[in-house]
Amino acid sequence: MERLPLERKVLNENDRIAAGLRERFAEHGVLCLNFISSPGSGKTSLLERTLESFDTNERVAVLTGDIQTENDANRLARSGFPVKQITTGGTCHLDARMIERGLSGWNLEDIDLLLIENVGNLVCPSSYDLGEAAKIVVLSVTEGEDKPLKYPSIFFKSQLLVLNKVDLLPYVPFDIAAAESNARQIHREMEIVRVSCQTREGLQDWLDWLERQRAKPRAVASAG
Amino acid sequence: MHEMGIASSVLDAVRAESLRFPNGHVYKVGLRIGALAGVDPEAVSFCFDAVVRDSGLEPLALEIEYRARQHVCVACGQAFAAQDENTACPACGAGNALFVGGDELEIAYLEVEDGAAAARA
Repeated sequence: MERLPLERKVLNENDRIAAGLRERFAEHGVLCLNFISSPGSGKTSLLERTLESFDTNERVAVLTGDIQTENDANRLARSGFPVKQITTGGTCHLDARMIERGLSGWNLEDIDLLLIENVGNLVCPSSYDLGEAAKIVVLSVTEGEDKPLKYPSIFFKSQLLVLNKVDLLPYVPFDIAAAESNARQIHREMEIVRVSCQTREGLQDWLDWLERQRAKPRAVASAG
Repeated sequence: MHEMGIASSVLDAVRAESLRFPNGHVYKVGLRIGALAGVDPEAVSFCFDAVVRDSGLEPLALEIEYRARQHVCVACGQAFAAQDENTACPACGAGNALFVGGDELEIAYLEVEDGAAAARA
């Protein structure tokens, strides 16, 4: 008998497809962002507000993942930008192949910003690279401030934490300073914005962050 | 719950690697799971038992090596493994240590039956 070291990534097939996507995004100057959160944290609302903020000539597209229904795509399509629903039929996350399929029929030449809304889930999506330049984790104040400690993987891998529903802070026992400190305990360079998609408080901070990412040379963004 | 997919991917990898050993048999696969991989080792084991059955690769055992979060203290340079969410340095007490490992999800090794060595390229 013999033990042979292998050091092969388990998800290397997904990683291979994601690397291909990342290369295509870089080639066409597409900034791709992957939004991840629990169900109900407000990913779709955040995307709605984001799309509303753009001029109609902005070259933005959205892929939105859910286990069932086209509801989110229908909501987001009101913005007038191209939106496609990826219905996973039970799978709890998006993988790189689904993104590849979702992009078919779209010309990347016509897209500057691709927003991907993952399936609502703080666990599984963290394992699957979609070729994005950055993961963004959304946490709402009606959840627990210890979520970064309970689900460290996604907080570790996300560049930005969007704390959503801050208009509800007076009504819920959510310690926002503790939430931020917990996130930074897992990921010390975590960038954080506080927003409310209802009152629009803080939305400009989020849009400024987005603008900074868009201003970066794409090669740098895709390496980060 | 994506552990079934992970287990299937491990099996696919073993199937692909097995081609390198036409005269041998892979009887154990070592899987390294980091604390930040977002994967539950017990669930992977459970799913692996299910997917390996009738796969044509039996007997094949799965051995999981769990890796805690690995840190290096920015203040004193001490390397340490964090057992929970606490990342304070055990040597000097400084907080916010650098993360250096513990997010792996990889096949660390295969164990192959005698006779395989000759077939190895």
